[in-house]
Amino acid sequence: MSEVLLQVDGLKKYFSISKDQSVKSVDDISLYIKKGETFGLVGESGSGKSTLGKTVVGLQAPTEGKIIYNGVDVATLNRKEKSIVNREMQIIFQDPYASLNPRMRVGDIIAEGIDAHGLAKGKERQERIYDLLDRVGLVPEHAKRYSHEFSGGQRQRIGIARALAVKPQFIVADEPIAALDVSIQAQVVNLLEDLKETEGLTYLFIAHDLSMVKHISDRIGVMYLGKMMELASSDDLFAEPLHPYTQALLSAIPVADPRAKRRERIVLAGDPPSPVNPPSGCRFRTRCPHAMSICSEAAPVWKEVQANHWTACHLYN
Amino acid sequence: MSHLLDVKNLEVNFKTYGGEVKAVRNVSFHVDKGEIVAIVGESGSGKSVTVQSIMGLIPTPPGKIKNGQVLFDNKDLLKLSKREMQKVKGSKISMVFQDPMTSLNPTMKVGKQIEEGLKVHQHLSKADAKKRAIEMIKLVGIPNPEERYNQYPHEFSGGMRQRVMIAIALACNPELLIADEPTTALDVTIQAQVLDLMKDLRDKMNTAIILITHDLGVVAETAERVIVMYAGMTVETGTVEEVFANPKHPYTWGLMASRPNPQADGKERLVPIEGSPPDLFSPPKGCPFAPRCPYAMEICLGEMPPEFEVVSGHTAKCWLNDPRAKMAQEEIAAGRVQK
Repeated sequence: MSEVLLQVDGLKKYFSISKDQSVKSVDDISLYIKKGETFGLVGESGSGKSTLGKTVVGLQAPTEGKIIYNGVDVATLNRKEKSIVNREMQIIFQDPYASLNPRMRVGDIIAEGIDAHGLAKGKERQERIYDLLDRVGLVPEHAKRYSHEFSGGQRQRIGIARALAVKPQFIVADEPIAALDVSIQAQVVNLLEDLKETEGLTYLFIAHDLSMVKHISDRIGVMYLGKMMELASSDDLFAEPLHPYTQALLSAIPVADPRAKRRERIVLAGDPPSPVNPPSGCRFRTRCPHAMSICSEAAPVWKEVQANHWTACHLYN
Repeated sequence: MSHLLDVKNLEVNFKTYGGEVKAVRNVSFHVDKGEIVAIVGESGSGKSVTVQSIMGLIPTPPGKIKNGQVLFDNKDLLKLSKREMQKVKGSKISMVFQDPMTSLNPTMKVGKQIEEGLKVHQHLSKADAKKRAIEMIKLVGIPNPEERYNQYPHEFSGGMRQRVMIAIALACNPELLIADEPTTALDVTIQAQVLDLMKDLRDKMNTAIILITHDLGVVAETAERVIVMYAGMTVETGTVEEVFANPKHPYTWGLMASRPNPQADGKERLVPIEGSPPDLFSPPKGCPFAPRCPYAMEICLGEMPPEFEVVSGHTAKCWLNDPRAKMAQEEIAAGRVQK
């Protein structure tokens, strides 16, 4: 269980927008994910969480840093070995409307990975498709249809079947439920949890819906402007958030209980600054209610403040 | 006492190639002065179409208001001419849309967009309109109002644009503000800012607000009354406290159970509502929720449930509330408590 499946070391992903300016989407992030674990990644739009997910599965090359999968640095692999790693790492996208080719039949969409990796042909391929449809709660007849004939929740199931088709070990789920209705979200989350058990999967679950992330994750990382702010087990993070940003984020979740005691809601002033030109020192200091003079001078150190509870904040130095 | 807004038996259909979609089916509700009423429901439940009919924004064709009245200040808005309606829109009733990125004019300075309504409805002079626009920018909490007045929408972030939308909507001091998923496109920390702002402005200006959302958390924290819609119908209505404490429709139960409970440790398995909403080309004869309802009885499939009043002001369209269904009620109560 405690075996590390994926390790990310000092990962950076910059997008240059002009000669001397770049967007630092992911800036020096390190984390590890154990086998069989669900690692949740939260943060607001522009925090770099999706970029991190896409870089990890190899859809984008990192600017700097290492991605170590199963003990091997993926940058050192040759083509053949790389293709095996690519097969074992899959991604489920946010928008079930844009991520399925409207001109392909559902069966062929699901089998794309099978074909690309040459895993099965003819009758065996067909059977695999039917089996996958069945596993995600659809029926074999659906293989002949096109994606526009399905609802959002069903499309997300197709996306999940496509990811499962190549028997992956590790799945990045990039906001898989953000585009779905509340009653359908629970269906998809339950499906992901069931598949984790039956297929022995490991997830990197990216979302901005904090209560869902808490529900599904073992550990959670909180990102802000390309930096990791805090990392802890989901229970510890919700019970005792250390970083002021995490505290504000948690206090902003609307609670569906009108009789709940009015929590002291920390309303952050202003908007997140631009990632092109992030604030000096701590990136959160411009909105932080506890900002001190040191916060603008030096970047806080990433530190284990409590057992297995990491944060980068000058308050704990 | 008469209500500020009284929607009675509203029915809206849309003609499509596949047939006629019955988007809103016999919807009635009211809004009082200075009250925040939330409408919750999934996509396709008819919540947006309902408020669009109030504003006269239904494109006809393909849309058609088959039946019903929308009484505002005792006038039926559905019977007003285009010109009369123009006077109501923006001055007495105004609307904030979901997507702040696309609902502002990108080629027009933000200040001018706020002024538009003031000039048309209140016939303010240029100087007065500008003064009021800057006041509004300040009121919605945007720093440096004088400078912001001369900027274009692309210079504003999502949350700031939504504030501009609210400033435009509230510039003429309307009696009713309709906010259609105003925070759905925003991040949680920004959502908290915008919701606080709306509540604050209601307290200051006594504007009634219809808040459309799909987030029960937003309802619980913002509204006084709630209307739950499903398949074009209102299935449950009541005060927020009553409905959350004592929900009487299985669809409302389902919505509540399908979210993780943040109070508990949040790890117990979610209870989704299985299946998907009915096809509104030919809605089922009985209760529209019956095919997905774990408690459906024989009568539910064949006959539309009437509106049962549970306690004063709290209604639910579900046969389980019929006195004859007492046995079923008790069984369910026991079962739900166990869970």
